Amino acid sequence: MKLMGAFAASFLTLCWAAASHAETIKVGVVLPYSGPNSDLGNQVDKAFDLYVKLHAKDLGDNKIELVKRDEGPASGANARTVVTELITNDKVKLLAGFVFSPSAIAAAPLATQAKIPMLIANAGTAWITNLSPYIVRFSFSMWDPAYPMGTYAATKLGCKTAAAGFTDFPPGQDSSLAFKTSFEKGGGKVVDEIRMGSPGAVPDFTPFFQRVKDEHPDCFYVFVPSGSHAGGVMKTYGDLGMRQAGVRLVGPMDLIPDYQLAHMSDAAIGLIVMSSYSDDLDTPGNAEFVKAWHEAYGPDSYPDFMSAASMDTMAGIFDVINTLHGNLDDAAKVIDTLKGWKHEGFRGPIEIDPQTRDVIQPERAEEVIKKADGKLGVKVLETYPQVKDECKELKVGRCGS
Amino acid sequence: MPPVANTIVSILFDGLAWAMFLFIISVGLSVTMGLMGVVNLAHGAFAMAGGYLVITATASWGVPFLPSLLITFVVVGAVSVLFERSLYSQLYGAGELDQVLLTIGLTFMAIATYTYFYGPQPQSIQVPSYLSGEIYLGDRSFPTYRVFLIIVGAALVAALWYGFEGTKIGAKIRAAVDNRRMAQSVGINVDRLFTLTFAVGSGLAALGGGLAIQLLGLTPSFAVIYLVFFLLVVAVGGSGSIWGTLAGALVLGVSDTAGKYLFADAGSFVIYAIAVLILLVRPAGLYGRE
Repeated sequence: MKLMGAFAASFLTLCWAAASHAETIKVGVVLPYSGPNSDLGNQVDKAFDLYVKLHAKDLGDNKIELVKRDEGPASGANARTVVTELITNDKVKLLAGFVFSPSAIAAAPLATQAKIPMLIANAGTAWITNLSPYIVRFSFSMWDPAYPMGTYAATKLGCKTAAAGFTDFPPGQDSSLAFKTSFEKGGGKVVDEIRMGSPGAVPDFTPFFQRVKDEHPDCFYVFVPSGSHAGGVMKTYGDLGMRQAGVRLVGPMDLIPDYQLAHMSDAAIGLIVMSSYSDDLDTPGNAEFVKAWHEAYGPDSYPDFMSAASMDTMAGIFDVINTLHGNLDDAAKVIDTLKGWKHEGFRGPIEIDPQTRDVIQPERAEEVIKKADGKLGVKVLETYPQVKDECKELKVGRCGS
Repeated sequence: MPPVANTIVSILFDGLAWAMFLFIISVGLSVTMGLMGVVNLAHGAFAMAGGYLVITATASWGVPFLPSLLITFVVVGAVSVLFERSLYSQLYGAGELDQVLLTIGLTFMAIATYTYFYGPQPQSIQVPSYLSGEIYLGDRSFPTYRVFLIIVGAALVAALWYGFEGTKIGAKIRAAVDNRRMAQSVGINVDRLFTLTFAVGSGLAALGGGLAIQLLGLTPSFAVIYLVFFLLVVAVGGSGSIWGTLAGALVLGVSDTAGKYLFADAGSFVIYAIAVLILLVRPAGLYGRE
């Protein structure tokens, strides 16, 4: 009897140990840490670190380890190499990050082959989520801000004609097409579409903008990668006196990433963007988030829409780890857990669309204003709740496949 | 103004401003290359360093914009002498591979150093109010900052022209570019000359870097991403010549702007096509010697 009891006790202990076996989950983080766009990687990296720091205790006995690798240039030329290394050498269970669409596009076949879930925290080309059943996107499709922006410009801003200028890589083409589709649906006409150089270097925007100024459209829709390009856009727009000439600048939130807005001149005032997040947003917990960010990274560092999406990405990862008790070996289970995942993020309520594995989120038409403290900020003009990727809804081009 | 004339004025004006920017940075590269045959790929790093010095001077020390440009020219020019004496002087007569490896290595070190201290995020600057906004000429407006760029560029062309053509040092430099051995044998201290031109060239690059902040923004990778433009100017213009650099900058600046304005889809490619065409006809550049 005594022996039986001892057996039973040790059996129970064994079961208990198996159930609560503490796992260290390795997550491969792929972000641009070097080169001209490393400021974008910086916005995501800081958010990932901050989330882990603030929520490490939520994982219980499990631990998360971020294995960080350099995504390299915007062309995506480096992504395949580092993702292969992360999967084969570091044996990561998840991939997260991906600032640039070309990187995500290059890495997608590897995720499929190795059955490793790939959680996108920025790359916005609409059809990326179609490339692998293991991709889940927490950030946005380029269509999310661009499509409602076209509608808003045509119906609310009363623009009859528009020009579109975009950086010449997949998300730029996507963003411009999305704007054109809805703007023309709303009765407007896009009179010119201009490719404005590659994402690798900020061009001198003047020739492009001068061309648009001479064409006199009512609205000028611009997409550039967030960061240093955005500063160039605002300066050129201001220097050429385009507002005075009656050309209204509109665009996605990439034109005014929060960490750039602080340094932009008054030329930005009156700019209308369609945005999922800004520091001034009155969503639950956002003020605390911005405060925690400043405490961690100093008063001159600001979180932006990329950071907010990255916090949500990390929240998704934490929820998956907890739901699956730290066992992330089965990628299909991870993806199933994330399908229909709902979360109250700093952008507002978001959800992962179970059909497309792409995020559904609120978008807001925002106007840049001068705040009471003399700094630039934004005012929300209109909210579009629950914006889905229209590219996949309408089955446009590669989104239909 | 009729639309066609308006277009031409737009292209010429913007092209000229862009050309002046290219000239200010590239002229030092061209002269040092012509004088010593050193391919200084770290030239962009001096420009980047200049940009950051202007940022620090205006934002942290409260120096106004124009004096900070002058400070940058002097400080970076002086610091570059240390590099020239300690590192570059080892390279005279060394193979091109050694030169390229050392100077590109310096560039990467500079990028890493500035990223460490300033972070990778883009820096911007508030230029004084008299340099922002627009100037009206007739019924057309021109961005003030670009007018300022053109004026600075023109003043530098004049100053360099006088320095090169009208002074004894200029004559020595021209002699050394033409035939270094002969110049040395008549008693010209070519090493000393080189140190001087290197300092002035680096100082001008730094000045250009300071001027570029308002134009392009500034990140540590400034040191490499625009380097190809500067090298293109030197290749097209021909090394070792102020006029060559000016001609190269004008041709590339105006054609780049025209290409982007007129054929936006292929625009960024026009500058390379033109460079290839010119080099096919004149492999040593417009003002180069075969």
